[in-house]
Amino acid sequence: MSDPTAPAREPLLTLRGVKTFYGNIIALKGVDLDVHQGEIVTLIGANGAGKSTLMMTIFGNPRAREGTITFAGRDITQMPTHEIARLNIAQSPEGRRIFGRMTVYENLQVGASLDGGVHFEEDLERVCTIFPRLKERLHQRGGTMSGGEQQMLAIARALMSRPRLLLLDEPSLGLAPLVVKQIFDVIRELNEKDGMTVFLVEQNAYHALKLAHRAYVMVTGTITMSGTGAELLADPQVKAAYLEGGRH
Amino acid sequence: MDVFVQQLINGLTLGSIYGLIAIGYTMVFGIIGMVNFAHGDVFMLSAFVALIVFLVCTAWLGIGSIALALFIVMIVAMLVTALWGWTIERVAYRPLRGSFRLAPLISAIGMSIFLSNFVQVAQGARNKPIPPMVQDVIVLWTGPTGYTVALSYKQIIIMAVTAVLLTIFWYVVQKTSLGRAQRACEQDRKMAALLGIDVDRTISLTFVIGAALAAVAGTMYLLYYGVVSFADGFVPGVKAFTAAVLGGIGSLPGAVLGGLIIGLIETMWSAYFSIEYKDVAAFSILAIVLIFMPSGILGRPEVEKV
Repeated sequence: MSDPTAPAREPLLTLRGVKTFYGNIIALKGVDLDVHQGEIVTLIGANGAGKSTLMMTIFGNPRAREGTITFAGRDITQMPTHEIARLNIAQSPEGRRIFGRMTVYENLQVGASLDGGVHFEEDLERVCTIFPRLKERLHQRGGTMSGGEQQMLAIARALMSRPRLLLLDEPSLGLAPLVVKQIFDVIRELNEKDGMTVFLVEQNAYHALKLAHRAYVMVTGTITMSGTGAELLADPQVKAAYLEGGRH
Repeated sequence: MDVFVQQLINGLTLGSIYGLIAIGYTMVFGIIGMVNFAHGDVFMLSAFVALIVFLVCTAWLGIGSIALALFIVMIVAMLVTALWGWTIERVAYRPLRGSFRLAPLISAIGMSIFLSNFVQVAQGARNKPIPPMVQDVIVLWTGPTGYTVALSYKQIIIMAVTAVLLTIFWYVVQKTSLGRAQRACEQDRKMAALLGIDVDRTISLTFVIGAALAAVAGTMYLLYYGVVSFADGFVPGVKAFTAAVLGGIGSLPGAVLGGLIIGLIETMWSAYFSIEYKDVAAFSILAIVLIFMPSGILGRPEVEKV
């Protein structure tokens, strides 16, 4: 899947022919995908298309049965999950998965545990500037916060490790439109100001396509389309399948 | 009143030992959801290590200071037992991770049988005594009936060592990155791995810490009773497990609280009712508490809001 709009440099993250199974059921049927340094790339698709499976496959859980995954020139296909994370890939996963019985502060500390917490104060300051709400809630238990706050915490926790690549799985799921807008603004700002590379999985296709430099469409475990965000936004097929009903 | 105070002292001493063992059960359950049935035997084994080190210290090395000997005994027992804890997890449980739920449980029972038989073969089936270590007693008061309420040095040592170690342990779990990694794995292992935490290593550490605390309990047990046998893992092990369940399995303060409660029930029942039925009393209280508080005194409900 060569993309003429993609920058010519070596991609930061590359997937080639990745196949993932749950038992005998195939979930990813040979996915090819590139994420370049400094890009926002989005993957859109319906429920059950395999988007979250792809996110987790990058982290080796579940492990790809075929194909290769390369990050910054290293083959990470068979690497243990925690070692992949230590290459500075961070994920805000499906369902947020914050540590509910820890305080917001502790959640952020765990997020920062990779670099031994040397930049902790600085990074804490930074995520509190991005999400002022978290600052008010620092000593509250994660599990007692609202969905939007938990989502902010999940993203903030991922940012604490100063990732080279940020994976976001459905950050807009279940959130009020205003909060969704806020979170997408944050993603754009991170990318523009800090040059953060972002790989975003979304069902909210309209917002995701408007935000992303490039995009992929996934249907039942296969990438069916790719192009710039604007191209896909204008594509009649994408419009019919993912943008109908004026969900923006 | 005199009897009550005396039994309170005795109960808290016994409860300290149960509490230390109970932490090992509750931590392992918290992180991998498994009851480590071999933990009582790890405790028994640690008492034997303590016994051997004590004899080496006094008979061979000629260390005259009991305090120094006791300190060396405890440190060596903690290190050796921690190594056992690490090995047991590595050999008996880790290969079964991801297998069906009962597999590690059966493996734990097997490990329990192995440990008690190993000690029986290696050390003999008889009770092993040590010369009394700390004999002094502080007489608090003598009641009108002539009943003497006393606090022995042994009891002071046991309660003080338990308090100090629990404080250190609490600090490690609450305030260090190691403790945070441990709690993160307990709550969501998959997410912990996504944040770069080595889950297998954290589980190993949990076994190491649990075994080290059991070794403190083993040393204290030996100090208190002055005798240990290969079969001594079972009853204290079951009591400590009961304590963990009573306090709310998975809860660390619950384990200590449960230990103290079980210790107190046992001693109070022995004093006021019949000593033969003390275990029945302890387990009956457990049954009653669990009927009304299924997740234990400080436990959290099984189902959590997602």
